[in-house]
Amino acid sequence: MIYLDHAATTPMRPEVWEAMAPFANASFGNPSGVHGVSRAAKNALEEAREKIASLIGAQPLEIVFTSGGTESDNLAIKGAVLSSTPRQGLVTTAIEHEAVLETADFLKRLGLPVTIVGVDSEARAHPDEIAAAINDDTAVVSVMMVNNETGTLQDIEAISDLVKEKSPETLIHTDAVQAFGCERIDVGALGIDLLTISAHKFGGPKGAGILYVRDGIALEPVLHGGGQELGRRSGTHDVASAVGMATAVESALFDRHRFETEISSMRDRLEERLVADAGEVVVNTPKKGRSSHHLNVRFPGVRNETLLMLLDQKGVAASAGSACQSGAATVSHVLEAMGLTPDEARESVRFTFGWTSTAAEADEAASIVSGIVSRLR
Amino acid sequence: MSGGVDSSVAAALMKDAGHTVMGVTLKLWSGPNGEAPSAGCCTVSDAEDARRVAAQLDIPYYVLDHTDDFRDGVVDKFVADYATGRTPNPCIECNRTVKFDRLLARLDDFECDVLVTGHHARSREAGGVWQLIRGADAAKDQSYVLSMLTQRELSRTRFPVGELTKKQVRQVAAGMGMRTAHKPESMDICFVGQRDYRGFLRDVAPEVFAAGAVVDGEGREIGSHDGIAGFTVGQRRGLGVAIGEPRFVIRIEPGSATVVVGSRDELAVHSARLHEVTWSRGSGGDGPVMAQYRAHGEPVPAWLEGDTLTFDHPQEAVSPGQTVAFYDGDVVLGGALIAGTG
Repeated sequence: MIYLDHAATTPMRPEVWEAMAPFANASFGNPSGVHGVSRAAKNALEEAREKIASLIGAQPLEIVFTSGGTESDNLAIKGAVLSSTPRQGLVTTAIEHEAVLETADFLKRLGLPVTIVGVDSEARAHPDEIAAAINDDTAVVSVMMVNNETGTLQDIEAISDLVKEKSPETLIHTDAVQAFGCERIDVGALGIDLLTISAHKFGGPKGAGILYVRDGIALEPVLHGGGQELGRRSGTHDVASAVGMATAVESALFDRHRFETEISSMRDRLEERLVADAGEVVVNTPKKGRSSHHLNVRFPGVRNETLLMLLDQKGVAASAGSACQSGAATVSHVLEAMGLTPDEARESVRFTFGWTSTAAEADEAASIVSGIVSRLR
Repeated sequence: MSGGVDSSVAAALMKDAGHTVMGVTLKLWSGPNGEAPSAGCCTVSDAEDARRVAAQLDIPYYVLDHTDDFRDGVVDKFVADYATGRTPNPCIECNRTVKFDRLLARLDDFECDVLVTGHHARSREAGGVWQLIRGADAAKDQSYVLSMLTQRELSRTRFPVGELTKKQVRQVAAGMGMRTAHKPESMDICFVGQRDYRGFLRDVAPEVFAAGAVVDGEGREIGSHDGIAGFTVGQRRGLGVAIGEPRFVIRIEPGSATVVVGSRDELAVHSARLHEVTWSRGSGGDGPVMAQYRAHGEPVPAWLEGDTLTFDHPQEAVSPGQTVAFYDGDVVLGGALIAGTG
């Protein structure tokens, strides 16, 4: 199986699994406790926290462990809007992940001000349009760094500069789930207040993520309870996952150069071969300002549902949009926000590379895709 | 694979016979916010049942989105039929336009040879000609809802379950350890679910609930109703009139939103006007036929001439919008939709 759906999830790096193993039995403790068993777990948790913090330019206490990207996004947005500060509004973009957009919809149903800023045909949000949408009531702006469907890069630094200039009290959140591992993440350089990452997108365990929360920012928790994570996120810590995530963060950062060079070349190679061999092909991923590993392409006249099934039969794993409750593919809101019609969105497929991808896979996948597309046409 | 025991066993039988099988569930309908149906047929839990059986059989499994085709071919027609005083059978329209048309058209794309369903019917090929035949279990026979199929469809469809009785089907499923072995059959329309169809129509086509008069055969007003969509020819209950003798809906007049009610004698009709006539062999002809005009009813002798079907004896409950299937013994010769009666 040629796995080209790394944006959905990635295999666990072996060193991550190894790092996690002791925490099943040998070091099984709950970090919140007095005795030695707890203290050992606490120690491991805090070492993991420090490692992650140092690798993204943050302080340890600015790292909140969560169950993943979705929870981190929820905490960032709900936490900012529902906090005790008077501001209650949200500004975000039309191409965010559902974890942000559904949260936005929830807040809207509560009667809170929510503005969704549109994007251009490359799925890019314009910093001045975002700044223009902000007012005195805006608690938080949320813009993802790399879009999960197309790989479009947003100019987070420019956005944060403009937003802070207009409204210094508005918090800036970025969902960096797809960016981590291919883009440089330094919270100071980015000028942001809140940042989401998710371990299973870069070789770490599923069910583990962090929310970076700049020192001094108070968020209303999403999970209330025992008060772990300085009250910000209650619930017994999954120390194994935290340790695994820290190991994955480290590995991913060592790997970033390879993403920027080799893996990016694999993605480019697939793109070239498809454009050359698969007849009419429209590339939805922008030429510039894109991640190293996403490729979203449209095959006019070919239903993505049929193409994905046949790719599966021929050993290539790819995806389109997200799956609905019954398992059918839904029409991508990202592609629609870029200006594609629903029919065009239904002709689009996403291929994403990851830490296990090889150049040979890119070539073989290209041949298989072109073969199927030609036959279907 | 609907998640029911019939399609589950159909998949198993084909796999046992040595074929390479791929299981698919059709996504046909979602609610206003995109939510999957949670009651009636083809719900999320039904899809989960289908998925689990496919995993158990170790066959690939996919969910195919045919919501547009279904809305256009089935739901819109359902609403339009009720609005014009007809009684539709959406499951038949789904067979006609989605399953055995749009889905069948994708077989070549999928590199598949045949479409297999769990319908209780049989098909046989002799000398290059395909025949659709009633299922082995007369009480469960579903050939009526497949009566529109012609050679084009029959040659590329298989109905493995039709050779078995329902009891045998459940036994096969139980023997394979399928959780769906004892799952009750769904009798609901998949897009209506727990609301009955009236509630559905009220939501999507409130105009079919315009109030009107209930009149007798002479046109005298004897009551009122709150929407022609609540009535079907032959209906006895819910007429809102108390006369002493049983009264039945004998006609629905959509133009004036009038429901005409009469005695049992008045209910009987001598003929029906047909449309969308199809013949299993591609062509058929005028002459005597055995006509079954209800899903569960015995075929009755009649004479077909052009698009007029004249019954040998007066028939009750012949409803415009319903299907009439023509039989020669157990063999389906063809079918048609009832446009009107006389």
